Amino acid sequence: MRLAEAFRVALDALRANRLRSLLTMLGVIIGVGAVVVLVAIGSGAKQEVEAQVEGLGSNIIFVLPGSVEFGSAPSISRLQLEDVEYLGRVIGNPEAVATTVSSGETVSVGSIEVFSTIAGTNENIPNVFTRPVARGEYLTSTDVDTRRRVAVLGSGVSDDLFGDIEPLGRQITIAGVRFRVIGVFEEVGSAFGVSRDGEIHIPVTTAQQLFGVDRIDALAVKAPTIDDVDPLRRELLDALAEKYPDEEFSAVTQSQILGTLGDILGLLTLVLAAIAAISLLVGGVGVSNIMLVSVRERTREIGLRKALGARRRDITVQFLIEAVLLTTVGGVIGMAIGIGVSLLADAFSPLPAVIAWWSPVLAFTVSVAVGVFFGVIPARRAGKLEPVEALRSE
Amino acid sequence: MTAPAIEAVDVTRVYSLGGAEVHALRGVSLRIEAGEYAAIVGPSGSGKSTLMHLLGLLDRPSSGVITVGGRDATSLSDSELAVLRNETIGFVFQSFQLLARTAAIDNVALPLLYRGVAKKERRERAAAALDAVGLGDRKGHKATQLSGGEQQRVAIARALVGEPQLLLADEPTGNLDTRTGGEVMETLERLNAERGVAVVLVTHDRDIAVRTGRQIYFRDGLIERDESKAVAAL
Ligand SMILES: Nc1ncnc2c1ncn2[C@@H]1O[C@H](COP(=O)(O)OP(=O)(O)OP(=O)(O)O)[C@@H](O)[C@H]1O
Ligand SMILES: [Mg+2]
Repeated sequence: MRLAEAFRVALDALRANRLRSLLTMLGVIIGVGAVVVLVAIGSGAKQEVEAQVEGLGSNIIFVLPGSVEFGSAPSISRLQLEDVEYLGRVIGNPEAVATTVSSGETVSVGSIEVFSTIAGTNENIPNVFTRPVARGEYLTSTDVDTRRRVAVLGSGVSDDLFGDIEPLGRQITIAGVRFRVIGVFEEVGSAFGVSRDGEIHIPVTTAQQLFGVDRIDALAVKAPTIDDVDPLRRELLDALAEKYPDEEFSAVTQSQILGTLGDILGLLTLVLAAIAAISLLVGGVGVSNIMLVSVRERTREIGLRKALGARRRDITVQFLIEAVLLTTVGGVIGMAIGIGVSLLADAFSPLPAVIAWWSPVLAFTVSVAVGVFFGVIPARRAGKLEPVEALRSE
Repeated sequence: MTAPAIEAVDVTRVYSLGGAEVHALRGVSLRIEAGEYAAIVGPSGSGKSTLMHLLGLLDRPSSGVITVGGRDATSLSDSELAVLRNETIGFVFQSFQLLARTAAIDNVALPLLYRGVAKKERRERAAAALDAVGLGDRKGHKATQLSGGEQQRVAIARALVGEPQLLLADEPTGNLDTRTGGEVMETLERLNAERGVAVVLVTHDRDIAVRTGRQIYFRDGLIERDESKAVAAL
C-alpha cells in the first residue's frame, strides 16, 4: 500500500472517532501551546530587560562599593562625594562622572501625597545617561554646589502630583522639606511595574543632608567609545585601589550587566520551556494510551485487513500514521493557540511576549517526534496481531 | 486438467491451551481443483474452520504442507503469505466482517488497496463486482444500512474483486434466514459457474451441501468421507 493511501485510511479512522481524537490531541495541544507561550514570555522578558539596560545610554560603567559577586558579604566600603571629583580628575574628564544616592520618601503637593524614589544626583546625569528633560532644565553644578532645594520630576510622578497643571516653578514637599520644580523628564516607560518615570532627582548635596548620610550609592562613568570601556574600567578600579588600599570596589560595564541578565533570563526561559515540555510528554503518553485502546477495539478490523492481504507493515504504518497525525495536528493547533495567546498577552497584559522563530518550529518537530515515539508500541502491537485470532475476537 | 487451486497434504493443527493440547486437525489431505465447488460438513468442533483458515493461509499448520497453485505456502514469510492470500484467495465469513462505517464500494475495494491498485481502477472494479452480485444500486450504502443478505453479498463481491482462484466461505448463510441464505447461495453458484472460481464452503445445512458437486465430511479432525458427484460440466 502506498503511503498516501495509508494516510487517507488513517485520517478516516481518526475522523470516525472525532471527539476521542480531539481529546487525545488536547494533551499535545496544551503541551505545545504552553511551550510556545512560556518561551515567548521568557524571550519577551529578556528583550525588554535588555532594551531597558541599553536604553540607559551607551558605554556606561557603574562603580559600586564592595563586591558584586554572588554570595559576597555586605561591604563596609563607602563611596563619597569627593570620589566623584577624584575619579573625574584621574580619567581627565570630570563631566563624564555622574553619581547617585537614593531613598524612598513621601512627596506631597497640597493634599496629594505619593511615595517616590528620590535620587540625589549631580549635574552630569544628562552627559552619562539617555534621560531627556521634556520641559524646564536639569540640575546645574550651582544647584549641587549650593545645595539648592530644586527638583526634576519623572513624568509619572509629575502627573500624579500635578495632573494637568504645569508643575514648573511650583513647590513640592519631600520628607517635610519644600523644593521648587525646575524640570520634568520625558516619559521613559516601565518594565515589570518598575518605572523610572516615578523618580525625582534633587542635587546630591541636598539629598545627603535630607537623608542624613555622607555616602553616595554609586557612580556612573561614560566612556567615549565602546573600545574605551574596558581600559577605563581598569583605570577606575586602579584609582580607587590606590586611594583606598584596604577596601573593595566593583566596576560593572553595561555589557556585563546585559550578559548576566541575559544568562539569568535565558535560564528562566529554559526552565519554563522544560516545564511545558513535561506536559507535552504527558500528552504523548495519552496518545500512546488511546492508540492501545484503539488497537484493542479494532482487533477485528485489523484481522480482516490482514485476511484481505494487508501485510504487517501496512498495519503498523497505518497506526503509526494515526498517532503521528494526532500529535502533528495537535501540534499545529497548539502552535496556533500558543502564538495567539502570546500576542494577546503581549498586547493586553504587563507581560511582554516575543515569539522566537525557533520555538514553534521546535514545538512542532517535538510533537511529530512524540507521535512517532509514542505511536510505535501500539502500532507494532497492531501489526503483530495474528489474523485468525483477530478475526475471532468480538 | 490444470494444477489444483489448493492442496493440503497431511496437515495437522495442534492448539496448546495452557498445557493441554487440542488436536483440531489430525492429518488431513485434500485437493481442491480449479473451478471446483465443494462443501465441508461435520459436527461442531470437528475442525472445519481450522481447515478453512489453513487453506486460506491465515494460519500455519503444525505439520504438513499447503500448496497454492503448485507453490509451497508453508515456507513463505508472513508478508509473502499476505501477498499470496491477496492474489489467490477470497474469504466470506459467517459474520460478514464488513467495515461498518465504510461505504459498500469501499469495503469491496479493500483487497485492491493492499494490492497497490490505483484508486480509480479500484472503484471501477469494485463497482463491477457489486453489479455482479446484484447490488449495483447499493454502492454508497454503509454496511449498517444494508440487510444481512445484502451485507453477505457485499462480502462476496469483496472476495471476488481481486479475481482469486479460490473462494473460501465459512458458514456464509449461518447468520441468514432460509430465503436470503438461498439468494447468497445462488450468487455463489452463479459466480462459480460463470467465472470458474473454485468455491469451498462450510455449512451445517444438508440442503445447501447437496447443491454442491462434492461433500467432504469431517469428524474429530479427520476427513470421514469425501463424495464427489460426477459433474456434467467437467
Ligand atoms: N485458537 C484456538 N485455541 C484453542 N483451541 C482452538 C482454537 N481454535 C479452535 N480450537 C479448537 O479446535 C477444535 C476445532 O475448532 P473449529 O473451529 O475448527 O471447529 P468447527 O468445525 O469449525 O466448529 P463449528 O462448526 O462450531 O464452527 C475445537 O475443539 C476448538 O475448541
Ligand atoms: Mg467453524
